[in-house]
Amino acid sequence: MLDFPTWRKAWLWLVTALCCLAALPSLLSATSIRWPDALPDPMVNLGLDLAGGSHILLEADSSQVAAQRLENMEENVRNTMRRAEPRIRIGDVSTRGGRLSFVLDDPSEIDRARELLLPSINGTGLVREWNLTVEDGNRMILTPTQEGTDQAVSDAMESATEVVRKRIDELGTREPTIIRQGDTRIVVQVPGLQDPDQLKALLGQTAKLEFKLVDQQALQSDVQQGLAPPGSEIFPYAETSDFVGSSVAVRRLGGIRGDNLTGAQQSFDPQTNEPVVNIQFDSDGGFRFAKLTSENVGKPFAIILDGKVLSAPNINEPIRGGTAQISGGFSVDTANQLAISLRSGALPVDLAVIEERTVGPDLGADSIRQGMVAMAIGSLLVVLLMIVTYGRFGVYATVALVFNVLMLLGVMAFLNTTLTLPGIAGFVLTIGAAVDANVLINERIREERKRGRRVVAAVENGYKEASRAIYDANITNFIAGVLLFLFGSGPVRGFAVVLVIGLFTSVFTAVTLTRMWVADWLRKAKPKDIVL
Amino acid sequence: MKLLKLVPDDTNIKFLKWRVPFFAVSLLLIAASWALVLTKGLNYGVDFAGGLEVRATFTQSAEAPVGELREKIATLGYGDPVVQRFGEDNQVSIRVRLPDDVSADKEAAQAAANTIVETLQGEYDDFRLDGNDNVSGKVSGEFRQTALYALLAAMAAIALYIWIRFEWQFGVGALFALFHDVSLTLGMFALFQMEFSLQIIAAILAIIGYSLNDTIVVYDRIRENLKKFRKMPLPELLDLSVNETLARTVMTSLTLLIALIPLLFFGPASLFGMVAGITLGLFVGTYSSIYMAAPFLVWLGVTSDSFVPTESVADEQEKKARGLV
Repeated sequence: MLDFPTWRKAWLWLVTALCCLAALPSLLSATSIRWPDALPDPMVNLGLDLAGGSHILLEADSSQVAAQRLENMEENVRNTMRRAEPRIRIGDVSTRGGRLSFVLDDPSEIDRARELLLPSINGTGLVREWNLTVEDGNRMILTPTQEGTDQAVSDAMESATEVVRKRIDELGTREPTIIRQGDTRIVVQVPGLQDPDQLKALLGQTAKLEFKLVDQQALQSDVQQGLAPPGSEIFPYAETSDFVGSSVAVRRLGGIRGDNLTGAQQSFDPQTNEPVVNIQFDSDGGFRFAKLTSENVGKPFAIILDGKVLSAPNINEPIRGGTAQISGGFSVDTANQLAISLRSGALPVDLAVIEERTVGPDLGADSIRQGMVAMAIGSLLVVLLMIVTYGRFGVYATVALVFNVLMLLGVMAFLNTTLTLPGIAGFVLTIGAAVDANVLINERIREERKRGRRVVAAVENGYKEASRAIYDANITNFIAGVLLFLFGSGPVRGFAVVLVIGLFTSVFTAVTLTRMWVADWLRKAKPKDIVL
Repeated sequence: MKLLKLVPDDTNIKFLKWRVPFFAVSLLLIAASWALVLTKGLNYGVDFAGGLEVRATFTQSAEAPVGELREKIATLGYGDPVVQRFGEDNQVSIRVRLPDDVSADKEAAQAAANTIVETLQGEYDDFRLDGNDNVSGKVSGEFRQTALYALLAAMAAIALYIWIRFEWQFGVGALFALFHDVSLTLGMFALFQMEFSLQIIAAILAIIGYSLNDTIVVYDRIRENLKKFRKMPLPELLDLSVNETLARTVMTSLTLLIALIPLLFFGPASLFGMVAGITLGLFVGTYSSIYMAAPFLVWLGVTSDSFVPTESVADEQEKKARGLV
């Protein structure tokens, strides 16, 4: 038990040294000494609650994805049937109840219609996207499959995450963390951000831009009451518009979406000097925009952003250059924000901020300082108590404690974990609890001596008999720590990380290392009695 | 050098003699704790209640105008705010609740934060925003659920481990001791209306861990003594085990305590609730290992046979081994 071969000692010292070395870059970063760039520099990250910054949890409204899918399918069915040779006439199109149903004028066309719709039903992926059923011989019903909807939500979240990343990059924020979480959530963490409002405004803007023809047949009185004529829908004017409070009826289909843009910049209208956003379509979008404007000269069309009408100008002449200007009572800031949002693409789905935590950098720095002071005082008291109680064995425990703190920091740096505010409490707890192993061992040695065992036998027995309780206690603590890590979030996880890693390092230092030192001392000094 | 001895050698305190009255008191305390939790309720922070918490420092003032703030924010129309001193005298935390259904108005929390901060910045020149937490009703509901699962799962997993390592009676005893610790901690939080947040769940899990530490040390010694003194009556044996481990119990609780107390007084204000919870739990946990975990073994009828096979079983095994059965 007390026999330590040289190779074993070398091995233990090597592990200790490596772990302590890994703590150096993190420790030096608090001072002005620079760690040489050429060497690897594992670092303990500071959590947002210590470094200052914002944590934002965004959630997508997945029902929107399903609604959008249904709308796309409707447009697709109409186009497919119209373009069929010869054309297949359909009527009574409805999207009620989350499914698309329509009636064929000529029931004998049913097989041809099915044939034409097959590619859209099967989709492009591995899963079947729609189920097709026929009722009464002439009504076709398309129901979205669960797998298809899930796939669509997943795709939407993927591209939403990408859009969020682009927008945050546009702000020039350093080291943002953007992670998808669960089915419909995105976590954004931005360190050191002073003003999260701009970021939140940017992430909250879906930036779905649409150009739709105004339905001039609609009765103004009906429109203001929210009654849309068949084939039309009603949008309110935006808060920034001069016409806020009133609404516009637009044709539901046949418009253009602003997702074919190659660029968007904030600019000023040469005549009115009002802030505007200039947009450039790609060739496909430009072609369709030119077609829409040239076919409808003299008629008004509405520019709709996120369900609100910015303006509804008349088309004076066909717009063929593939560029357009959007005005709508912007300030420079809001115009700039819209330009960024349009450049980075529209979010395929609305995102709402469901959790936000922001900590100012001053507070974080204060917390670290106060935590360090408390930790220093606590450690000093623990060390004093250990030395006056256990003498030489208390000194061993103290040295082990120093190594324990260093190794804990080193392992945390090596695993690239994050130190949070509760993590500081975890450090203090680890310091208080690590010596428990030494207490158990030393008390046991005292007992064994009292029972009259000789020094070596007493120490040997002390370590052996105490180990059982030490391991059992640490395993139960490990269980509690792992569960805390699994169920906890953010800062609380940081606490669990420190506790769990601290269990390993404290068993290593308080049991294994002290045993090595005690064994060395016993072999060299061969004491007849020990003071304990 | 004369070393310090906190606990004299060979103590012989009859802990178990008073097990029935102590146990009755413990049961009463558990019942009182739950009564408090159910009647007074826990003072949920934004983590569990949802809503908005703004923390701020009045950099030029000696003391934050708490009463004034309460009145001013109440006029903003977000219901009665909770305004508390937080850390230094010139630091405050302001909490307001938001309508549960944030999905109906997802900007509600955001708007409330902006209104409050702008109002206060306008009114006080030395207002410094230190941070804000903004949790929707949906997320806080999830936090409540996961916190509950974490506590239940931890208790179940640990009891199971003890059962496997020791005997089922020990598992039941440990589980009951844990239930006692968790109940009393919750009771304290209800009594003093300290803010109950995610950090407190972490504190409770830490308490569970350390209370168990104690329980295991005592149990380990009981197991050892059960094998050693097979004829000793159980209450006497338990007393012996508790007394033998008493020096260690006192010493470990003390080291944890002196490590935690500086953190309580000099540490960051945001950690106060968590550290206070762990410190309280330390006392409760130490007590419960002696007065809850150990007496259970008497009532559940642990004997030395639990660890050493009885003679008849041993005979049986020997017969089997010799191929006689």
